[in-house]
Amino acid sequence: MSSIAKKENLVYQRPALRTEKEYSFCPGCGHGTVHNIILEVIEEMGLQEKAIGITPVGCAVLAYEFMNIDMQQAAHGRAPALATAINRMMPDKAVFTYQGDGDLAAIGTAETIHACNRGENIVIFFVNNGIYGMTGGQMAPTTLPGMPSSTSPYGRDVETMGGPMKITEMISQLDGVYMSTRQAAHTPAYVRKLKKAIRQAFENQQARKGLSFVEIVTNCASGWKKTPTDANKWLEENMFPVYPLGDIKIDGKLVK
Amino acid sequence: MQKEFKLMKGNEAVAEAAIRAGCDGYFGYPITPQSEIMEYLMLEQPEKRTGMVVLQAESEVAAINMVYGGAGCGKRVMTSSSSPGISLKQEGISYMAGAELPCLLVNIVRGGPGLGTIQPSQQDYFQSVKGGGHGDYRVIVLAPASVQEMADFAVLGFDLAFKYRIPTLILSDGIIGQMMEKVVLPEQRPRFTEEEIRKNTPWATVGKTPDRERNVISSLNLIACNQEAHVNDLKKKYDTIEENEVRYETYQCDDAEHVIIAYGSSARISRKAVDLLRAEGRKVGLLRPITLFPFPKKQISDLVAKKVKGFLTVEMSLGQMVEDVKLVVNGQTKVEHYGRVGGSIPTPEEVADAVKSIM
Ligand SMILES: Cc1ncc(C[n+]2csc(CCOP(=O)(O)OP(=O)(O)O)c2C)c(N)n1
Ligand code: SF4
Repeated sequence: MSSIAKKENLVYQRPALRTEKEYSFCPGCGHGTVHNIILEVIEEMGLQEKAIGITPVGCAVLAYEFMNIDMQQAAHGRAPALATAINRMMPDKAVFTYQGDGDLAAIGTAETIHACNRGENIVIFFVNNGIYGMTGGQMAPTTLPGMPSSTSPYGRDVETMGGPMKITEMISQLDGVYMSTRQAAHTPAYVRKLKKAIRQAFENQQARKGLSFVEIVTNCASGWKKTPTDANKWLEENMFPVYPLGDIKIDGKLVK
Repeated sequence: MQKEFKLMKGNEAVAEAAIRAGCDGYFGYPITPQSEIMEYLMLEQPEKRTGMVVLQAESEVAAINMVYGGAGCGKRVMTSSSSPGISLKQEGISYMAGAELPCLLVNIVRGGPGLGTIQPSQQDYFQSVKGGGHGDYRVIVLAPASVQEMADFAVLGFDLAFKYRIPTLILSDGIIGQMMEKVVLPEQRPRFTEEEIRKNTPWATVGKTPDRERNVISSLNLIACNQEAHVNDLKKKYDTIEENEVRYETYQCDDAEHVIIAYGSSARISRKAVDLLRAEGRKVGLLRPITLFPFPKKQISDLVAKKVKGFLTVEMSLGQMVEDVKLVVNGQTKVEHYGRVGGSIPTPEEVADAVKSIM
């Protein structure tokens, strides 16, 4: 055993900017992976002294306990407003928000759209797990048609509850958005792609190109009432067809 | 140095004084009767004078959360609105109280409830002095009665906000906001530099450097005993403020047998009423609370001890501050209220008659 525990054999280690605090997420939850990758990129780009992260209300609310950077905790949905002010008054910083789908696409829709429209020089991370995780699995704007949740126990009825909202496609129409992409984080291959996208987003931010928007489609095993492996299978089979992965806008231009 | 006099509206004076107070950012949303504040700032382009940012937000909700973000970075930030907009900001103000963030808020009150009227009112007293949003908290409330005080309180408001890490609210109304008066403006002071922010507000999130732990701005405390300790700490801060920051003005109170208690526009009108009553030989005085939180409790108690026979509060509301006066007086002498509502303004004669009715 000791013979293989060498530096050159290292494939993964705890991100340097992770605090000692253990993640409080459910087993298999995507949030922890996304946190890790953001921290790796911040470290690799040497942005720790510039980074100001904004966490909203939702399962990511405690991100400030895990990320060893300066952070603010925002009211539900309002992270882009906080980020706007910080970016305007301290344009040399690296400001990002990290928001769930209830936070960003329901209660915070206005703040999201207007920060995008103003082209705030920030990065928005949008973790779409199709449900309200923290409050116990209620329906989100992103919940799939027919998908059960605690407030759509018979499945989301599109007739009365609306359909899944593709907010990343919506905001991509706005001139202020420089980059938008949809990624995943449940397998190593997806993680590598996601990391590239996150790096690109922070590079855009540092080059003052405008707003970069990174959606990450993840599972919420607890909210979906599935085991972590079943949840990941369900993610690929059901979420990806509705939320297709890939770049939507690059260098200020729509990809398609 | 020669003093610089200007003829300005109250709304313009608070805006100009904010620039001169070294404000870093204004975030607002238009609403009558205070839109001149943002209009003045947009026209003045303070980014060219001092680097101050002025931004029209998509809503009052966004505006107050922009203020939260900026305040969390140790910046001097402000917003202004009128009653319906201030209601929308209450969630954010509660978060700022919880996270102990300094900021300047301006409410140019109009008549409610609901969309109500754009005419002046003092109906937001309860909302202002009892917290306003959810939770057990207070903000410092300054009640200007002149255009001069609109300017002065912009500076004072920022200073108190930073002294105690607390939102400070200028509670004014459409009369003071819209009327023009001569005003002496404060001298320009510099905005904070990042070094000053790091030194004077070490809690601010301006980027983690190796020499300190990370900073976190939050109002969340999931462990009950920690939250209890936090709320108790806030209470201690409010007690200190009550001890040190009471501001008030008295007029003809020395020999007064009856005292009017009024703030803001109502105090100006009441002052005229005192003159009318004094001309009739009646011993009437005026106590004008300048801070509504902290409330001048001791000054009212002192008047009770001096055997004042009765108090009349004059407010452009159904009677809100009167409840706080009654709490202090505690039944020892008569306390009555006179008010007009819905945007109507009492005349000095009406106030004088109301005083006579309690004699
Ligand atoms: C104003 C307000 N309304 C409601 C809530 C309750 N609440 C907390 S988290 C949350 C939903 C979070 O869901 P999402 O943004 O999808 O994040 P997730 O937990 O799934 O990561 C809600 C409704 C709140 N904290 N504040
Ligand atoms: S409830 Fe869902 S989103 Fe929240 S930690 Fe658990 S799995 Fe993750």
